Amino acid sequence: MSVRREWLSLLGLLCAGSCVAADIGARIGSKNFTESVILAEALRLDAQRRGLTVEHRRAMGGSAILWQALRQGSIDAYPEYTGTLTQELMRGLPTSATHAELAQALHGLGLGVSASMGFEDRYALGVTIPVSERLQLRSMSDLRSHPGLRFAFSNEFMSRADGWPGLRAAYGLQPASVKGVEHSLAYRALASGAAEVIDLYTTDAEIQSYGVRVLTDDRHFFPTYEAVWLYRLDSAQRVPNLLASISDLEGRISESQMQRMNALVQIQRRDESAVAAEFLATQFATAAAAGSNPPKKQSSTGLAGRVRTRTIEHLELVSLSLGLAMLLGLPLGVAAARLPQLGRWVLGAAVVLQTVPSLAMLVFMIPLFGIGARPAIATLFLYSLLPIVRNTLTGLTSIPSRLQESAASLGLPWQVRLLRVEVPLAARTIIAGISTAAVINVGTATLGALIGAGGYGEPILTGIRLNDLPLILEGAIPAAGLALLVMAVFQVLEHLLTPRGLRPSFDG
Amino acid sequence: MTAVIGTSGSGKSTLLRMLLGLEWPDSGRILVDGEELSRAGRLTVRHRIGYVIQDGGLFPHLRIRDNLALLPQHLRWQKARIETRARELLELMQLPRDILERYPEELSGGQRQRVAVMRALMTDPPALLMDEPLGALDPLVRFELQQRLQELFKVLAKTVVLVTHDLAEAAYLAPRLVLMQAGHIVQDGSAGDFVQRPSNDFVRRFVAAYRSSERMLHV
Repeated sequence: MSVRREWLSLLGLLCAGSCVAADIGARIGSKNFTESVILAEALRLDAQRRGLTVEHRRAMGGSAILWQALRQGSIDAYPEYTGTLTQELMRGLPTSATHAELAQALHGLGLGVSASMGFEDRYALGVTIPVSERLQLRSMSDLRSHPGLRFAFSNEFMSRADGWPGLRAAYGLQPASVKGVEHSLAYRALASGAAEVIDLYTTDAEIQSYGVRVLTDDRHFFPTYEAVWLYRLDSAQRVPNLLASISDLEGRISESQMQRMNALVQIQRRDESAVAAEFLATQFATAAAAGSNPPKKQSSTGLAGRVRTRTIEHLELVSLSLGLAMLLGLPLGVAAARLPQLGRWVLGAAVVLQTVPSLAMLVFMIPLFGIGARPAIATLFLYSLLPIVRNTLTGLTSIPSRLQESAASLGLPWQVRLLRVEVPLAARTIIAGISTAAVINVGTATLGALIGAGGYGEPILTGIRLNDLPLILEGAIPAAGLALLVMAVFQVLEHLLTPRGLRPSFDG
Repeated sequence: MTAVIGTSGSGKSTLLRMLLGLEWPDSGRILVDGEELSRAGRLTVRHRIGYVIQDGGLFPHLRIRDNLALLPQHLRWQKARIETRARELLELMQLPRDILERYPEELSGGQRQRVAVMRALMTDPPALLMDEPLGALDPLVRFELQQRLQELFKVLAKTVVLVTHDLAEAAYLAPRLVLMQAGHIVQDGSAGDFVQRPSNDFVRRFVAAYRSSERMLHV
């Protein structure tokens, strides 16, 4: 991307929120698991059948990210589950809220909810069939008598009120070991024996293929999780065809159909679009061909093309965030060095920012910047500040005082001292800080894929979701390569920008 | 031409630093050319005063040429004028011309101090402050430079304040000696005054201590 376009994007970042792309008919999102992606693909294809162009932002992240994106207006609709709404997203509501009560509450937020798509995807706990036979485990209450079992739960389940904390209290479970894992890895943990009890969704394809017994919820702890569409009411007015397509899918999908579609993608490695298209073809007379409007990065180009596109996206994230961080961080570092009082505050603030988990930071950014590259750049920008400010401060304050004084005694004003003496003397330390920020950014930018920023994170996250090692490597290897390259570039830069009189190899 | 002497911690260096506005007195005023030194005016005062410190304070990232040119450039001197002045001073300090292209690291201690004096004299300031300029040099180089400086001071006819702890050096270079103790001036006069008319017991002991160290050589 040209420098000029980079600056345009930079301006775009600054006017974030006010600038909205208008070329797309509608945007929908999906959560980072297969079922959600299939459902959103089905909606996209059905809308296409009705002549509406829909952009589908695949696997954007967990419930919080999708919910924020919908409320902020970055997406028009996404598939959600009623239980998640009552338990997590709208905590004011009673667990027993009816569909009408739910719709009323959402209406107040400018959101609409469809009728059930026809199936429920509730949480449940599962054990392998051999373990279930050996320990006579049929229901969740049976787990109480086996506290030695090792539990592995998806990170979201671990923290949601309707997940592990509530379940544990409802059943009085006191297991010795509970670990958090990524949901797509849980079944493998179960199969390898690394864990004996996992959380699952009742439509998971792996229930069949891994031979998992779903334990009954004999105390009826888990609320109902009807699959529904959440959409913005203003979008329903703007693009009525989207609403029509949402109605098309109401009551259409049974639990077994969903499980089968999940299995086609997860186990047979079929493409979500193709699976969704086949399903629509069985439901509606007019067949919607999945291939007629393929998702842009999945099938249209070869490996080299995909890597190239993602490299550009990734570099854009890293360079823009780093550029902005330098614009603010270098002057802040200089100011901090001149005013120690300010320095302590600045450094403290940067340290606090650094401790915010990157996922949380991304969620915070959605209300401010929507989804896509902007919130990712903003997040990376904040993470870059600490190394840049700190190294600028350290570099400037560790200049020997006799040299600082020597410059002062010449009668040079501070600007001249800064540019001609202090910055050159601190150059190595400052560049090292920028280099650290750049390398961290290359790694953290992979999380940008969670909010539709693209980059190397996209194949990594999809690969984890689909349990597809080559796909993971397709993102991980270039990311590692880029990190090494960035480091090498900065080493050369450091050498070039370090004045000859200061180079370590310098021999008089 | 005045030499300030005294034990370490007696306030000799602080005195010089206050003249430059690098430190400020707790009470009293600093007058430079009859004008009170202020925070606003300190930069222009520094332009009228050259300052040389013990290890030269040359900037390691700049060639000697650029070290010398730093202040003249800021004062918008023409390039040719800077070059002419640098060559003039090279001759005065008896340094080879190719030294301009080198970095401070590549010079000997004695050469570095000569360059430091050159840098202080670049804009031909009316006054020169020197804080132990020869303190870190070995005796031979030190002796050489003492002679060099004596000639220099004669030629330049500037106001010079030299801080040193070496009584002989002070007496050799300056007609007027000032002895400091704990922030106060205890005697102000010629070397002869110090020996013949010490103002108090401390001066007597200071001179005696110096003599006994000299005597060690005559064993």
